[in-house]
Amino acid sequence: MTSIAVPPSAPEHTGSRLTRVLGAATAVSWVVWLTYGLVLSPADVVQSESVRLFYLHVPLALSAYLGFTVTLVGSILVLRKNSAFWDQMAGAGAEVGLVLAGLVLVTGALWGRPTWGTYWVWDPRITATTLLFLVYLGYLVVRRLDLDAEVRARRAAVFGIVAFINVPITRYSVQIWNSLHQEATLSLTDTEMDGSQLTSFALGAIAMALFTTWLIIHRFRVGWLEYELDRSGLESAILERRGERTATEVV
Amino acid sequence: MIAAVAGDAARIVAKDLRIERATGVITTQILPFGIVMLLLFGFGVDPALQVRGGDRSVLAEVAPGLFWITVLLALLLVVGRAFAVESDDGSLDALLVAGVHPAAILGGKAVVVAAELVVLELVVGAGAVLMFDVTIGDPLHLVVVMVSTTVALAGAGTLFLAVVAGQRGRDTLGPLLVLPAMAPVLIGATAAAGDALYGAGSGGIAWTWALVAFALLYSVAGIVGAGALLEDV
Repeated sequence: MTSIAVPPSAPEHTGSRLTRVLGAATAVSWVVWLTYGLVLSPADVVQSESVRLFYLHVPLALSAYLGFTVTLVGSILVLRKNSAFWDQMAGAGAEVGLVLAGLVLVTGALWGRPTWGTYWVWDPRITATTLLFLVYLGYLVVRRLDLDAEVRARRAAVFGIVAFINVPITRYSVQIWNSLHQEATLSLTDTEMDGSQLTSFALGAIAMALFTTWLIIHRFRVGWLEYELDRSGLESAILERRGERTATEVV
Repeated sequence: MIAAVAGDAARIVAKDLRIERATGVITTQILPFGIVMLLLFGFGVDPALQVRGGDRSVLAEVAPGLFWITVLLALLLVVGRAFAVESDDGSLDALLVAGVHPAAILGGKAVVVAAELVVLELVVGAGAVLMFDVTIGDPLHLVVVMVSTTVALAGAGTLFLAVVAGQRGRDTLGPLLVLPAMAPVLIGATAAAGDALYGAGSGGIAWTWALVAFALLYSVAGIVGAGALLEDV
């Protein structure tokens, strides 16, 4: 009976100086953001207090896109370099992005109830976001196919690249369709907001981006440890098998 | 290199069309599926709503969407069939071992899928004209919409089903990969077809260009990604 082989160099946790600094910056940015967005900034003239949910909703969406962008970059590098490192990075981006996209849908529904009078409408942005969620759910299923790790990584990479087409479609669905959903709130060239609202969104975008980066790094390291464990387990089994054969030959 | 790949793709097309002609799956299974879908859509809509005041019935109004949903669901059957004839007896491996380029296999499959979808679209389209009282305002525009949508669906369907080729559970996993990813094509095709039929002014021309872009995109993605998908089936 053999125990699970653990790589001798495997760390006991996924933290490092980088993630601790990033984690501290994330915590500080969340305190500042939540204090300003929930307490200090005034309620909206039209949306009243429900606008504060929007300060969370939009940064969540932007961070989900960030996660899916990491998947795109990782997938391209998997095909270019045949790299297990980037395969794990692509998977981490998709997992974190998927969770955030799910939270986008939940916060959007909660915001829609007081604003539109319903949790769900057949709005292009909402529908496109739901489809985006399902596309990346499919990507994660592909990552669990019963295949050789390299083959699986390549197939997931192709799907991860093609799946990204849906990100800009979702992002710009408001412009593409004439929609019930309000126009894009944040834009580089034009914004409908000013003052405290813009500050709340900007703080939210920064805080959520830091949090997303922190999550992706940790999820990547968990995935990498699993990969190393699988690899070292296989190597140990081969060495053990060779040892058995050598012993038999000696006898 | 390109000529060799194109030649191999043409041989794959000829082989698969011969298989389809011999088995008759398109005529005995795919086309009846499309007609059944038309009938079910007709039954599903309340008869009281089938004729309403104004220019068109509700069925005629929503016919473009129902048409493309039928084609999209049939796509799953057609592409699943295209890969089943290869992977069930290991002939996909044999083709690769014989030196056939993966892009030739995927490209050949996509062409056969597109050809079968065109047959289905002609039959289902004729059925929609007869049963849903659909009128065609701009036939040329409709042809462009149908060709570009068919190429996009065939390219993407073949690409995504290749991701799960040779896997257990591919019949259930395939729809999860294909249907959400194809939603933009479905929406675009519906809007563009509506514009071609009725001149509805719903951004149809812009959607037609988007469909052409989707067709090019998925065709290129299929050719570029074929090696990564089929090297080790």
